[in-house]
Amino acid sequence: MAAVLFFIGGIGTIAGAIGVVTLRDPFLTVLSLVVHLLFLAVLFLLLRAEFLAAAQVVVYAGAVMVLYIFVVAYVGEEVTLGSDTRAPLGASLRLASTVFGALLLIELFIALLGTGLRGIDTKGSPYIPGFGTPGFIGNLLLTRFLLAFEIASFLLLIAAVGAVVLARRRGGIAEEAEEELVLAQRRRPLGTGTTAEAVSTLAFAAAHQRHDHGTVEAQPPPPVDGPGDPVDEEPSPTGGGW
Amino acid sequence: MNIGWYLAVSAIIFTLGAVGVMTRRNPLVVLLCLEMMLNGGNLALIAFSRMLGNGDGQIFAIIVITVAACEVCIGLGMVVAIFRRSLPIDVDELTELQG
Amino acid sequence: MSATTFAWLVLAFPLAGTIIIGLGFRRWPGQVAAWIATGAIFLSFLAAVATLIKLQGLTPIHRQLTSSLWDYAVTVGINARMSILVDPLSVFMILVVSGVSTLIHLYSISYMRSDRGINRYFAYLNFFVFSMLLLVLAANFLLLIVGWAFVGAASYLLISFWYRRKTATQAGIKAFVINVVGDVGLVLGTFFIFKHTHTLDFLGSFAAARHGAFGAGTNNGDLVAGCVLLLVGAFAKSAQIPLHTWLPDAMEGPTPVSALIHAATMVTAGVYLIARMHPLFERAPAAQDVGAVIGVLTLFIAGTIGLVVTDIKRVIAYSTMSQIGYMIMAVSVGAYSAGLFHLMTHAFFKALLFMAAGSIIGAMGGEQSLNKMGGFRKALPFTYACFIIGGLALSAIPPFSGFWSKDDILLMVGERGGWHWALYGLAYVGALFTGIYTFRMIFRAFHGEPVPEARELIEHGHLYHPEHPFNPNDGELEDTDVGFPGPEHVIAEREPQMKIAMGLLAIGAIFLGFLQIPRVTSVIDNFLAPSFTDSRLYNLHTQTANLDVGLLLSTVIGLLGIFIAYMVWIRHPGSSAKFQARFGAIYQLLSHKWYFDEAIDILVLRPGAWTGRFAQQTFERVVVNGTIVDGTTGIVRAGSAAVRSLQSGFLRYYVALLVLGAAGVAFYFLLQT
Repeated sequence: MAAVLFFIGGIGTIAGAIGVVTLRDPFLTVLSLVVHLLFLAVLFLLLRAEFLAAAQVVVYAGAVMVLYIFVVAYVGEEVTLGSDTRAPLGASLRLASTVFGALLLIELFIALLGTGLRGIDTKGSPYIPGFGTPGFIGNLLLTRFLLAFEIASFLLLIAAVGAVVLARRRGGIAEEAEEELVLAQRRRPLGTGTTAEAVSTLAFAAAHQRHDHGTVEAQPPPPVDGPGDPVDEEPSPTGGGW
Repeated sequence: MNIGWYLAVSAIIFTLGAVGVMTRRNPLVVLLCLEMMLNGGNLALIAFSRMLGNGDGQIFAIIVITVAACEVCIGLGMVVAIFRRSLPIDVDELTELQG
Repeated sequence: MSATTFAWLVLAFPLAGTIIIGLGFRRWPGQVAAWIATGAIFLSFLAAVATLIKLQGLTPIHRQLTSSLWDYAVTVGINARMSILVDPLSVFMILVVSGVSTLIHLYSISYMRSDRGINRYFAYLNFFVFSMLLLVLAANFLLLIVGWAFVGAASYLLISFWYRRKTATQAGIKAFVINVVGDVGLVLGTFFIFKHTHTLDFLGSFAAARHGAFGAGTNNGDLVAGCVLLLVGAFAKSAQIPLHTWLPDAMEGPTPVSALIHAATMVTAGVYLIARMHPLFERAPAAQDVGAVIGVLTLFIAGTIGLVVTDIKRVIAYSTMSQIGYMIMAVSVGAYSAGLFHLMTHAFFKALLFMAAGSIIGAMGGEQSLNKMGGFRKALPFTYACFIIGGLALSAIPPFSGFWSKDDILLMVGERGGWHWALYGLAYVGALFTGIYTFRMIFRAFHGEPVPEARELIEHGHLYHPEHPFNPNDGELEDTDVGFPGPEHVIAEREPQMKIAMGLLAIGAIFLGFLQIPRVTSVIDNFLAPSFTDSRLYNLHTQTANLDVGLLLSTVIGLLGIFIAYMVWIRHPGSSAKFQARFGAIYQLLSHKWYFDEAIDILVLRPGAWTGRFAQQTFERVVVNGTIVDGTTGIVRAGSAAVRSLQSGFLRYYVALLVLGAAGVAFYFLLQT
């Protein structure tokens, strides 16, 4: 019975994985991964990790994948073609990837199965009742692995904050997609700038005179003919100091 | 079933994830494949935990799931941010990390 | 106060003079610096006399004193101390040097009176005297080389003294470069000798040579090489063939400089060197032969060139070259005292001739060409008298000093016998030439129709002054607000200092010869004997029979030369032009100075320039810049480009490499088990 379940679980897992790797439509890939996760949960159950199986289904398949679906919906169906890629040797990269992957797989097989890990041929330790139950996991989490627990929760907090920061819009409803972040035109505090700023001492001194340290929009630097830095000659187009 | 089978499945999942990361061009799918690799590792951990009768592997696996969730958050946030800037959603086009 | 203390004083006074004048050279007013300098050298001369007296107070065996001031470099193998060697040879030299220098300083006080650079001049002149004294007083090779180099530097500074003149600076550079060639020879020669004697000290080296450091026999290879290299140094300094081309050009300097450096003292350094190194040279007869041959060749060639040169100072320069040829020949065949005696008399009459030349150049307003001079006999009587005295001494007419010294040399050369008879014969031919060119110069300048400058002096007592100062060597006009050379020209008749100096030299030129009349007096011989006790050639008198014949022969030849000059230039004035037309090819050869300058240009300068150009354009550009520098950077750049292409920014590549790396690590660990 266990063998049958194992094979069902195993084949399902691998099928889902293959689906993720090969399907074109991103929505379908996400669904394929959900399938993969569910069958993986079956495997977990077979290994007596009940809590973990449940956590997997609820958290992973339930929450994370839903998040994925949302993003896929937002981003849209970008069907990327296989041929027009900027990477040189794009096609042969696929072949190379497959070869590397196969290489890795063979090595792992040899490592895991062929080297005679002690206990691989055994059935493992006897089953302790309560192994894998939530109580069992909770006990461990709050005693032996308390630090990891706390750090993990902290990590979740950071991730949440980070995600919000990454995805928020910046000032104004207007589309900022066209904003070109040209470094030379960013407003900087006086004295922390580029060589252009350092070389054109007249504007620097003038800004210092005005005690505003360049945070206010200053005049474009007057044409300096002394040290004659040719880079210096381009006036900033947006009128900002530097 | 002896543990070797589970480890074999774990290796296959891991490798399939690696191939997917190397092959796919949609960053979302790349992240998915990354998740898959983590899953492969999880399976191995739990298999060993069962073999040794120890709860350590399972705790490790829970932490891995947590970390995977965090990573997904950040990754998807980045994808959203990239999409917002109207940059192409293609790993091959996003080449700022170069020398 | 012992002899060595006085010897240190001899060195100290000129050095103090240089420093005092040099430090304040902008501020000394008028002629203060000139008198300070002259006083310093005079004190040095007095100290030299005191050294002489003290030295003669010792027994002859003990007349070799060294004194060390401090240890300069005392390490393994090298023992170089600041030490001086006081023995008859060096005392002789310092007396000559300081004595003649005092008179030349005196002369210079009025000669350079109006020159704006007078302070600089006297600082340099004192420095020169100090260096020359250091050279002759040195007790080891190190100080000798130091003095040698300083003297070369002083010569350069003084030749290009009027540095606004391009000809002067070029002449200075030429002199310096040839001097450096000599310096290299000197240093290499020292090395070759040091290799065997293991000491830099003179007395130590000589003792080592005596005890067989160079083997038992003569002509040890290293010794011959060392001595020949020392000879190279001597030839460069003493202007012998083939390193002589700088001496005529060195006449660019002020006339007193020519008198001091290029007649009386510096060019005699080579003679001193060979005399000092006589123990080594006597063990290397091959080197001695080289010296003798070069000496006689120079004597002959310089004599021939002197017949056709028209610049009055250059005539005297070539005669210097010729007379030093005599001296080199003398010390190379072992006639040390004769050569040094001639050095002394030559210093006197040559300096006298130069001073007189300075006077007549002043009367000509700076013009130096004999073609433009004539008839100054009544205008410049004192100068004329000095020229006559110097000329007679130079032409070796008895009883003037040049006769006794030159004949001493010829006698000793004849006594060597063998192939030295050829030297003897050529030396007499040279003596004939000497007579001819000396009196050619005197007759052309002082006899005949007075030129306008002379007439101005005779009729109005007014010294000619050109409207615009010019460079006498190429006629180029000079700017007047530089300040040097000074606007005033001086003649000896009107300057007491010049008269005193020239008068004392004339007295010396007349009477010094009596110090060594053969078989009657031998003051020089006896005086120098303690320095040459270890010389087997010093007192080698094998044949005294040809003594009288030689004396008579040289008198006859000298008078014959004067007579020929008289006939050609006074009795039959056009005959020199006829000779020139008839012997056109020889005249060309002589007036081009035997094409030595051209030969050096082709053999040395052009290959040098070609090498430099090749090095810069081809080697530097292609090999060094292109291959080595650019090649290295190119390799690095290519390597970095290769590595950089790994960082393409394509994520998939990175992942692929990552997986490959992981596979590699796993493979490694698989292999381990």
